[in-house]
Amino acid sequence: MTDFFFLIPVSILLGLVGLVVFLWTLRDGQYDDLEGASERILYDSDRPRRDDTV
Amino acid sequence: MTCCAPSPAFAEALAGGPNRGPSDNEVRLASRVLGDGLRQSEFSVPAIHCGACIRTIETALDALPGVVSSRVNLSSRRVTVRWRDDGVVAPPLVRRLVELGYEPNLFSLEATGRDAQLAALVRALAVAAFCSMNIMMLSGSVWSGANGGTREMLHWICAGLTLPALLYSGRVFYQSAWSAMRSGHTNMDVPITIGIALAFALSLYDTIFAGDQVYYDAVASLIFFLLIGRTLDHAMRERARTAVSGLARLSPAGALVLDEGGERAYLPLADIEPGRLISVAAGDRIPLDGVVIAGQSALDRSMLTGESLPEPVAHGQFAPAGALNLFGDLTMRTTADVQGSTLHRLVKLLDDAESGRTRYRLIADRAAAWYSPVVHLAAVLAFLGWMLVGSNLHDATTVAIAVLIITCPCALGLAVPMVQVVAARRLFDAGILVKDGSALERMAEVDTVVFDKTGTMTTGLSAPAVLSGSAEDLAMAASLAGLSRHPYSGSIARAFATDRPVAWTEIFEHAGLGIEARLDAQVYRLGRPGWSGPLDADGRTVFSRDGKVLAAFAFEDQLRPGAHDVARSLKVDCRVEMLSGDHPAIVGELSRKLGIASKGGLMPADKLARIAALQAEGRRVLMVGDGLNDTAAMARAHVSMAPASAADISRNRADFVFLRNDLSAVLHAMMIAREARDLVRQNLGLAVAYNAIALPVAIAGLVNPFIAAIAMSASSIIVVLNALRLGWHPFRTHRLVPMREALA
Repeated sequence: MTDFFFLIPVSILLGLVGLVVFLWTLRDGQYDDLEGASERILYDSDRPRRDDTV
Repeated sequence: MTCCAPSPAFAEALAGGPNRGPSDNEVRLASRVLGDGLRQSEFSVPAIHCGACIRTIETALDALPGVVSSRVNLSSRRVTVRWRDDGVVAPPLVRRLVELGYEPNLFSLEATGRDAQLAALVRALAVAAFCSMNIMMLSGSVWSGANGGTREMLHWICAGLTLPALLYSGRVFYQSAWSAMRSGHTNMDVPITIGIALAFALSLYDTIFAGDQVYYDAVASLIFFLLIGRTLDHAMRERARTAVSGLARLSPAGALVLDEGGERAYLPLADIEPGRLISVAAGDRIPLDGVVIAGQSALDRSMLTGESLPEPVAHGQFAPAGALNLFGDLTMRTTADVQGSTLHRLVKLLDDAESGRTRYRLIADRAAAWYSPVVHLAAVLAFLGWMLVGSNLHDATTVAIAVLIITCPCALGLAVPMVQVVAARRLFDAGILVKDGSALERMAEVDTVVFDKTGTMTTGLSAPAVLSGSAEDLAMAASLAGLSRHPYSGSIARAFATDRPVAWTEIFEHAGLGIEARLDAQVYRLGRPGWSGPLDADGRTVFSRDGKVLAAFAFEDQLRPGAHDVARSLKVDCRVEMLSGDHPAIVGELSRKLGIASKGGLMPADKLARIAALQAEGRRVLMVGDGLNDTAAMARAHVSMAPASAADISRNRADFVFLRNDLSAVLHAMMIAREARDLVRQNLGLAVAYNAIALPVAIAGLVNPFIAAIAMSASSIIVVLNALRLGWHPFRTHRLVPMREALA
């Protein structure tokens, strides 16, 4: 039983990675326009738009 | 795509109707400087609704010279444009949007920018979620029978995982509780804070001394659930802030000032003192009170007084701020600064009215007022009781803390905001914006509905009725009318428009009379009888050739779609009235048609007095209005509603704003508000019932950490599921159903 205790820090670490990724996406503004993102995929052209680098 | 065609209301804006957007100069004044000569402007564009709209707008704006980038946000219906300011002309952003068929509203400076508080709440929520989920997982092994060293180690890990939630995520509650305590009263956050702190302290004690009363999971999930409620609450207010109060002023932000040397400069209104010369172009609003020095025109004062007919102005006459200059360019000498102008005086009246309104206490606050004393008392009594029956200090404290934890208002904290967020979402889908939760609660109490006429019951435009004239003549009249800015001309031009161009020459518009032009050496006139034709000709407007009548028109107010249905449905359980500043005869006729009571010829203060009188009878009044003349009455009323075409001040002060042209939004808002009220009551009932069961169990000392965690989560989830029921009626054929079809 105690042999598997190393799994606890591993799982917590994985959870932390998820948390950090979420905080990053939040900061990056990826939740600012959820409806828009789902519509844009239908109309996006291959040429990147000017503001995509901003 | 057909779904992206301009709405009919929008054709009005193109025709220079009441919905004219901001001028390019205003766009510049309201934009934000980004540095490097870049500026950023934000527009609220309620008509955006699909991917094709995004593409149309972005492609068109990007193609404009001077535009660096444009971005549409579909969720908030906003467009952000960055443009290069070369100091000469701003890119014609508004005109381009209007041409595409989207009506833009300019965001003012202070309304732009992201909401830092919401982002902080979501971050705190994410941390709490991470902590509580991991602790739940580890607690699972404790509950399933871990013991000895294993259990102790798991306890210590849980303690470590609770710290971020306790120290970082919980701050929201500590701060609020502290400020409440300091000002000498208590709120919902006080028992929460005490419960969290005591539960953590007890758990830590038991962890150190190898006990089994460990509540880390309860502490973390408590913070998590409560933060969900808090975040929803905030998001709701935030949406209202950006959507409603961010809509920019229809009154101009600045004016074109002429100095003695003939130089022109566009200055903010605050910098213009009385006695300066200003120029007001045709189609703009009068920025400041003043006297006309040069030029001839007619003023549309409907926003100020509710009068539907424009009045001519010329040299020496007074023009109030807020009126719309219809035909000709005017040069004016200002007689007041911003503070002294008509517009500002109306705003003053408004503030006075608002201070007269009795403050409404939110249901959640009323619940909290009795909730915390009861919980604290129960905990203290449980502690004393167990001490009296001879238990030791540790066990008595454990019971007292179990009482605090299990009664912690998770479900109560979610009960109200969850329903209101769902209701706001349903309203948003129906094209209605709601300012905050209190507005929903107040809307549900309404028993009297008062409408304004011009611009609310009616569209503010008039529908022409043909008294005489052949189709040929009507087409000629429409073509001539298209050259004029008068509202009657606009409606004739729209109603009988043809594609056939007519080669008019020597076109001249006479303010207060009509428009005149020549064709094949004959004089055509469209205007009032007596000028355009014989004085005794039928109709309000006559079309004539060389004095001979070709066609005659009468006008009637064009009702907003749904007006009849709304009047009929509201009469079932509400008192319905119409108050207007327009002529009593016009108002009376319309009210007979609708079958409701009415009063005409009212000044803004009279409307306010009428609302106050109704309230003195103990009635809860909903005021629906659009003009500045209604704003004071709207501020005084229990709850208020305005169409999106309303004056900006009315729109900002209104509790509800409906974006679509249809008046049935009033009905829809009331129904959803009532349904939300019922659900809130059910939810509060559920939360109380949960407490009624849990409290005796906790006082009896039968609660262990496992039961506490299950009970708390279950009650929260039940409340959330109940809130999601709003607008979902599988077993009922309700009148909401046909209404929703009509709105779709």
